[in-house]
Amino acid sequence: MPKDGGIGASTKRREDIRFLTGKGRYTADINLRGQAFACFLRSDVAHGRINGIDTSAAAEMPGVLAILTGEDFKEVGGNPTGWLVQSRNGETMKEPKRPVLAHGKVRHVGDAYAMVIAETFEQAQDACDAITADIEELPAIVDMAAAVADASNRVHDEISDNIVFDWGWIEDNRAAVDAAFAAAPHVTTLELVNNRLSPNPMEPRASIGDFDPGTGDYKLYTTSQNPHLSRLLISAFVMGIPENKLTVIAPDVGGGFGSKIYHYGEEAAVLAASKLLNRPVKWVCDRSEAFMTDAHGRDHVTKIELATDMEGNFLALRTETLANVGAYLSNFATCTPTFLHGTLMAGPYKTPHVYVNVKAVFTNTVPVDAYRGAGRPEATYSIERVIDKAARELGLDPWELRAKNFLTTDQFPYTTPVGLVYDTGNYHATLDKLGEMIDRNGFEARVAESRARGKLRGFGLSTWIEACGIAPSNLVGVLGARVGLFDSATVRVNATGNISVLVGAHSHGQGHETVFAQVISDKLGVPASSIEIVHGDTSKIPFGMGTYGSRSLAVCGSAMVKAADKIIAKGKKIAAHMLEASEDDIVFEDGAFSVTGTDKQKTFGEIAFSAYVPHNYPLETLEPGLEETAFYDPSNFTYPAGAYGCEVEVDAETGRVEIVSFTCADDFGNVINPMIVEGQVHGGVAQGIGQALMESVRYNEDGQLLTGSYMDYAMPRADDLPNITVDHSCATPCTHNPLGVKGCGEAGAIGSPPAVVNAVLDALHRGGITHVTHIDMPLTPSRVWAAING
Amino acid sequence: MKVTMTVNGKAMSAETEGRTLLSSFLRDGLGLTGTHVGCDTTQCGACVVHVDGKPVKSCTVLAQDVAGAEVRTIEGMANKDGSLSVIQQAFQDHHGLQCGFCTPGMVMSSAALLAENPTPTEAEVRAYLEGNICRCTGYHNIVKAVMAASGQGEQQLAAE
Repeated sequence: MPKDGGIGASTKRREDIRFLTGKGRYTADINLRGQAFACFLRSDVAHGRINGIDTSAAAEMPGVLAILTGEDFKEVGGNPTGWLVQSRNGETMKEPKRPVLAHGKVRHVGDAYAMVIAETFEQAQDACDAITADIEELPAIVDMAAAVADASNRVHDEISDNIVFDWGWIEDNRAAVDAAFAAAPHVTTLELVNNRLSPNPMEPRASIGDFDPGTGDYKLYTTSQNPHLSRLLISAFVMGIPENKLTVIAPDVGGGFGSKIYHYGEEAAVLAASKLLNRPVKWVCDRSEAFMTDAHGRDHVTKIELATDMEGNFLALRTETLANVGAYLSNFATCTPTFLHGTLMAGPYKTPHVYVNVKAVFTNTVPVDAYRGAGRPEATYSIERVIDKAARELGLDPWELRAKNFLTTDQFPYTTPVGLVYDTGNYHATLDKLGEMIDRNGFEARVAESRARGKLRGFGLSTWIEACGIAPSNLVGVLGARVGLFDSATVRVNATGNISVLVGAHSHGQGHETVFAQVISDKLGVPASSIEIVHGDTSKIPFGMGTYGSRSLAVCGSAMVKAADKIIAKGKKIAAHMLEASEDDIVFEDGAFSVTGTDKQKTFGEIAFSAYVPHNYPLETLEPGLEETAFYDPSNFTYPAGAYGCEVEVDAETGRVEIVSFTCADDFGNVINPMIVEGQVHGGVAQGIGQALMESVRYNEDGQLLTGSYMDYAMPRADDLPNITVDHSCATPCTHNPLGVKGCGEAGAIGSPPAVVNAVLDALHRGGITHVTHIDMPLTPSRVWAAING
Repeated sequence: MKVTMTVNGKAMSAETEGRTLLSSFLRDGLGLTGTHVGCDTTQCGACVVHVDGKPVKSCTVLAQDVAGAEVRTIEGMANKDGSLSVIQQAFQDHHGLQCGFCTPGMVMSSAALLAENPTPTEAEVRAYLEGNICRCTGYHNIVKAVMAASGQGEQQLAAE
């Protein structure tokens, strides 16, 4: 049994108390003395040349303090992308400047080109309406295939083909893959769209810039998943503010799902405006702005081919993808469709030959970047859909087809044909577990029962793997990353024995304040209630890379363990001094340091107090204080995996899909807090079901955003979703991090969309509707009905 | 114009314009920032408060229209001794929140549901909460929390 409050306990979340009583402190809740308010003027056309902006009338409006336009930021740096990707021909990708405010051209609906700062938000908004801009509308580039086929119209004038890169992975393997296809007895081909999504954390973005003219220090309160990354980008690339003069604070953040990883122009703009006015400047995004400025996710068009023999052994896999990056390159935009997508194309299978081609394309749409799962849902969807189609073509059972192609436990560590090394896993175990959980034997009876009610019932399977715990810096450096992806923690033992843990990861729903305390409690034998987790403020925490890619425990948690180990080592030195024993004879157990084989011991609290009251210390060999920092850079990714099953009922007359049950058997390695892990899976599955059945960002041919509010963009609501049954008992602990954890945040969003779509196809085929081989997501009633009746 | 209403049992006043929304009155006028604003189309429900006992989306009510009303916000939901009320406690016990942003509205709507219907079915809970969007939890644990707060055991939950 886990210790109460330690590793393995479903400890209730301490952060809940403030959230449940209205005492959370989100950026929009913060009001600084003397603050002014910013409002941004955004393009209402998708593509246009800015011939002139007249701010004279607006400047005379009541309360207006300043108006800034793109011209004011022309000389500052651009917001860079974090990853340089090379094309197949060896050329480096195209990286146009992403300005703070647009100048020269506007490139998507929502592209900000002016900013008004006024005494009140309403005055700033009124003054924005009074700015007149001469913007010559240009034809919009919306469709990726069209953007590539005819590049006479360009998103960036200097980029002649609208293509960021044409990437092959692994290019040297291409000939062998093609040869395997040429010789294959059977090839299954599928063309599919991975639909564009809007992440939609419930808290809209917000930023407050606060320049102190007395010290020259800048402070930025902002909705960020990674305050140090934002500080680095603002300091080193965009504004040139020295890092030691800029503090970035991400207080309570209301969800992120990737969209708050990135640095956005508004953050730089409020800092510049605060410096200009010597006053704090606050901006709060509304939901309509969020839809047209928060980075979108997915948006791939893919052709995937699977070569097999007639018994269903996978021989080779090949894909061609067009990946939309939108109008500018967001910070992770280039690695998401490449190294977070192409490298996962082996899935949990032993397919010997795999080749992936991705062309990234500029369009006049909101930038596209990592959204929960980031590349890995796209890979999983393609693989799991083509396998289901192959099973049908070959007359094989989809369970058996997957099982026969799974890697087996004796194959680890396994080097995939797309460059990853899986350290451990047991894919048959999670598949078998799923089989136990869903009552497979009763399925035919349920199909018959549904049919009696005029409904078509189907079951869909998806077996997924991801690479998370992002990321080994050595490896990603070779692949083009411009940053390291370690994390950090400081364990500060206070004189009275309680502990502050300052961490580089950022919690915006994941429950770090509870879970991280469980880890330290377990390591140091101090009650969790005496441990405080501090995050989100660059002036307090060591340099860390924040939270995304299911990395917090695997990377930052490992840093915490390393720092705790250093505390124990230092504690042993102190104990040896206090107990007049050899350091080698000191053991640390259950929160006490004792001399082995004796009853002489000092409690953790006594050691801590002594460290800060260092009377009689041998100062040449023992420093006072008890505080240690560790940086942890993983040696490999972690590889969670699982098997998901979805049962649906389809109403063939209306095309409506109802999810009857959704079941997950996951391998996350060791689990620190089962309650929180299960909640993460629920949330991920909900987003995956949203993608599969409801959600889709749509533009018309003029580049107008048609889904710009919750009236048009279908967010899953409580009555759209089923209960979700989860299990994580088939654990193969990660072999290379000290907690043996793999990460669970993205799993649900990765594994669930193909399970849903496979279930709908299964229902149609069981119902005799065999002409339908694929329906693109979201599977809305109209799409399903059209497929049935097409 | 100065508007006064009874908020969480106390008479409170703030200056308003004609266009001041109840959500702004509470957040900016009274500093009660527990009420959140997550959208601009009356869809997400993060801003739900009770006005004269009825749940309303405070982003779509003009402050001046509810002058003199009895308003209850998330800040007024705990027990008198400061401990969590039954419904708040159920949200914590069943992990019915993650990022916490939708939570104030969820708690206020759930409280309104249980006042109207003390023992709802799971389907009734899901239908009632249709006007409150949560992006984190997939609603599974929110539904569980509301069922638990109604005194109904977990066996009432179909797929558990």
